Amino acid sequence: MSPYLLSLLGGMLIGLSVALFMLLNGRVAGISGIVAGLFRKPDERLAANLLFVAGLLAGPLLYRAWFDGWPVFRPQGGLLLFAVAGLLVGFGSRLGSGCTSGHGVAGLARFSPRSMAAVATFLATAIATVFVMGLFSGRIG
Amino acid sequence: MMIAFRLAAALVLGAIFGFGLAISGMLDPTRVRGFLDIAGDWDPSLGFVLAGAVIVAMLGRLIQLRLSHPLFADRFQLPEKTRIDGRLIAGSAIFGIGWGMAGLCPGPAVADLVLGAPVVLVFVPAMLIGMVLHDRLAASSSC
Repeated sequence: MSPYLLSLLGGMLIGLSVALFMLLNGRVAGISGIVAGLFRKPDERLAANLLFVAGLLAGPLLYRAWFDGWPVFRPQGGLLLFAVAGLLVGFGSRLGSGCTSGHGVAGLARFSPRSMAAVATFLATAIATVFVMGLFSGRIG
Repeated sequence: MMIAFRLAAALVLGAIFGFGLAISGMLDPTRVRGFLDIAGDWDPSLGFVLAGAVIVAMLGRLIQLRLSHPLFADRFQLPEKTRIDGRLIAGSAIFGIGWGMAGLCPGPAVADLVLGAPVVLVFVPAMLIGMVLHDRLAASSSC
């Protein structure tokens, strides 16, 4: 199957998960909120967050069962870069009340002005970051 | 009884989300960074992920507007804030820098743990530290 069609289908499944989490449980399926919510006191929401994360972890296993191979994973950069990036992603997603799922999917689907501002901002800084790193890696020039 | 439905839904919907990520290409940092590399060798495919996800989520939103409450719960718990403030913009800007550096955001990073790559085993704990650090600072500054 073409990568574009698989990307579209994968996106539609992500959208289905977000839609049903709202229609069934009444909650926004924002992954940063769900993951940060693993550190709350034991209650129903903690259990739901743990189960959602367990389901996420099952994703690559389901892929392997279906396609007879693991999803492609090609990191660029070393451990230090990923450590710093992880800190920024964790801190930033909490300060900004969401990430690519909560703002990017659920928020845009609700036409939330806050989410539109968030998506425009993180797309801009992510694109700028990739551009600047490209300059220093000597890809341009 | 409803609590059992809510918890089962969380597991199944997490798995649908994770499988969707896996077939979409979002688990691959090189694909993600290629999508962000609009000035270079741009890979537009992940735009289809966002479009597909938002369109289906919008259909869900249209149904939700006609419901008085979720099927398995008493009420919808939607974000109530509407003001675009400095925290939203600063947080999103910081998030975007990290996303661009690694090509990983929280959902794919968690799902990628299964693949066992050392960079992910470093990224996810660092992300959790960043989250907890923020939440501790926010809790102490609002008291």
